[in-house]
Amino acid sequence: MTSAVTTSVNSLPTWARWMVYTAAGIFVLSVVQSLTDTDKLTSTTTTGAMLRWAVPIMMAGLGGMFSERAGIVNIGLEGMMVLGMWAGAWGTVNYGPWSGLLIGVIGGALGGLVHAIATVSFGVDHIISGVAVLIAAPGVARFLSLEIFSNYDGGSITQSPRLTSAGKFTFPFLAGGRIGNWRSPDWLAWFTEKDWWFVSDLTGALRGLTFNLSVFTILAYALVPTAAFVVWRTKFGLRLRICGEHPTAGETQGINIYLYKYIGVIMSGALAGFGGAFIATPELGGIYLEGSVNNRGFIGLAALIIGNWRPAGVMVGALLFGYPTALGLRDLDGAATHSLLLVAGASLLVIAVVNLRGGRHTDGVLAASIGSLSILWFLLSDTTPDWFVNILPFIIVLLVLAFFSQRLRMPAADGRPYRRGET
Amino acid sequence: MALAAPAGAVLFSFVASGIVLIIAGSNPFSAYRDMLEHASKLEVQVSMLNRATPLYISGVAAAIGFKMNLFNIGVEGQYRMAAIFAAYVGGSVALPGPLHIGLILLTAMVVGGMWAGVAGALYTYRGVNEVIATIMLNGIALGIIAWLVRRWQAPGNIAQVGVGTEPIDDSGLLPTLTWIPELIRDLRATEQLTGVLVIAIVVGIVYHAVLNRTIFGYDLRASGLNPVAARSGGIASRRMALTAMLMSGTVAGLVGMAEIMDKARYDPNFVGFLGFNGIAVALLGRNHPAGIAVGALIWAFLDASSDILQVTETAPKEIVDIMRGVILLTVVIGYEVVRRIRVREEAARAAARLAAANDRSVEVPA
Repeated sequence: MTSAVTTSVNSLPTWARWMVYTAAGIFVLSVVQSLTDTDKLTSTTTTGAMLRWAVPIMMAGLGGMFSERAGIVNIGLEGMMVLGMWAGAWGTVNYGPWSGLLIGVIGGALGGLVHAIATVSFGVDHIISGVAVLIAAPGVARFLSLEIFSNYDGGSITQSPRLTSAGKFTFPFLAGGRIGNWRSPDWLAWFTEKDWWFVSDLTGALRGLTFNLSVFTILAYALVPTAAFVVWRTKFGLRLRICGEHPTAGETQGINIYLYKYIGVIMSGALAGFGGAFIATPELGGIYLEGSVNNRGFIGLAALIIGNWRPAGVMVGALLFGYPTALGLRDLDGAATHSLLLVAGASLLVIAVVNLRGGRHTDGVLAASIGSLSILWFLLSDTTPDWFVNILPFIIVLLVLAFFSQRLRMPAADGRPYRRGET
Repeated sequence: MALAAPAGAVLFSFVASGIVLIIAGSNPFSAYRDMLEHASKLEVQVSMLNRATPLYISGVAAAIGFKMNLFNIGVEGQYRMAAIFAAYVGGSVALPGPLHIGLILLTAMVVGGMWAGVAGALYTYRGVNEVIATIMLNGIALGIIAWLVRRWQAPGNIAQVGVGTEPIDDSGLLPTLTWIPELIRDLRATEQLTGVLVIAIVVGIVYHAVLNRTIFGYDLRASGLNPVAARSGGIASRRMALTAMLMSGTVAGLVGMAEIMDKARYDPNFVGFLGFNGIAVALLGRNHPAGIAVGALIWAFLDASSDILQVTETAPKEIVDIMRGVILLTVVIGYEVVRRIRVREEAARAAARLAAANDRSVEVPA
């Protein structure tokens, strides 16, 4: 029976398959919610917060994708986000939120340009150049803050004045948004208030994805299909990808490999800059604050890997990593994060069964033991410590790389130095 | 030629930073004069050595990986994990001097080695890229430390005991070397010369000896230079990667010792970024034990200079961070350019020799 269900799900178009997965995921959360004493797992505020917290991670991941599709590893994303955050805050203070976002994107792109000059033109090792960006970016941001922000009212060497928001949007009908002066009905809220098992959980979760969103958030998510289209369906995307797969083959086609690598790395910085600027908007921080990128560039790299170097995968990875953070925000007693252990344990056991049936015994046994440990931890404790949420993305990536790396495929020439005319 | 790249890079960074300073409205010449004058004082030199010590150890840790073509980006997480565990263990036991010090150092090395060993094992047995693995382990380490530092907070009133782990008894602290500079004259500052300097020197000597005087060192270098040739020569280069990672982490564990021995505890303000700067220092010094020392001293000089710039206000002290980034990028670009020129010259020489040989072989039958 299981195999019949799997086959019919697999025959669906991609978008429908993802909807089935999402519904199944919410179903699992719904079951766990009725077993434990929390209602936060699928609440509107949680999914709304997840959407916001995932944006910087997702933008860093998308940025990393453009760079690595062009064959340049970019571990300097974190630094480019710092530059983007500073530039975004400066632009917002002086010219308003929209120009601020644009200036933040330019700030990140400048970081990307430095990385591109070092790696593409001078053939410096990608990791080394990335480390240089990582070291230099906080220094540049601090220097600029001292020179500029400390002269502003409410600014200092480590922070900017408060920033303004670009505005919010609520979807009409689904979540009761306005059309002109008319307030449309709020259908999802109607269902959510009924408190029907699973159905209300589903609508509550969906309402978080449609209610009171920042226009920047919507823009960020609109970039995911755009990026997918550009990379997979355009001539530009094909040329970009050949730089990461087989640059010498591209060379014989007459493609200017250096140019495309430059574009890829600069776009990478620009997207990371968007992510950085977003951190400073009222959606998350509301000010530029030194240190508030807080590893999200590296988590973006993690999302890129488990997303298999694809835009939709990056988005799912970012949402996956944003979810526990969003949950932890309102979860003062730690009960909701605690129930995540049960979710993780159950999912790992399912993975174990799938692997064992497929004859992959090592993977199956490992997944089963980690899943059992997770459930054991759930049963033996009442809450989880807050650090658990912070390190979860990194642990997930290590587990995925350790056990499922054969499912992942990075661009074939990713990270290799390339010189024109040399093989 | 070998020295041209780093010297040129330092020079270039001074010019580039000078331009930044002029734009920012400061006079670069008076700023540089202040920096040099400041560094000529004995007290400042002691402080520079103190700052260079952890950077040097961190540089050697990174260099061990580089020699084998492994990027240990994880020194950052390894030294912090090692430091908090060493401080906790050191603070919770009472032992006679040498044993106590030995226990603290041993804990640091074992914890650092084990944390790096996770990445090494993932690389060797599961083929996980070591850069990704160590980046992720850094994230995990920082999360765990943020929790441990609260859990291991010294008991008692915060106002009295201060924030941090239980203080280590004097028996666990390495004696300082302040008597050495005092042979010249008495120091007019409270700063002590750290005893960890001796450990750093030992680490440098052992690194040099193991790399150049042992079969293991040969295997390590061979695997780094050409893994395929090394494998066909009978070197288990995958296994070597695990060993190299363990050694790198063991050395990385010692990075935090200078601060632990000075503060006698781990606190939330523990100095960060030593791992990434260690990579920079190793690159500056081309993984050579003496070169790394020069790199560490340059970095320490810039560090110490930032203090004086803040006092004299001839320039914002953050200019120093920009200089570091510029130096690092120009040095690696410089090395790459020099390498390429050498390859080209060598190819030209070989071609010339080949042409000459061909001419002769044509002449012989005639």
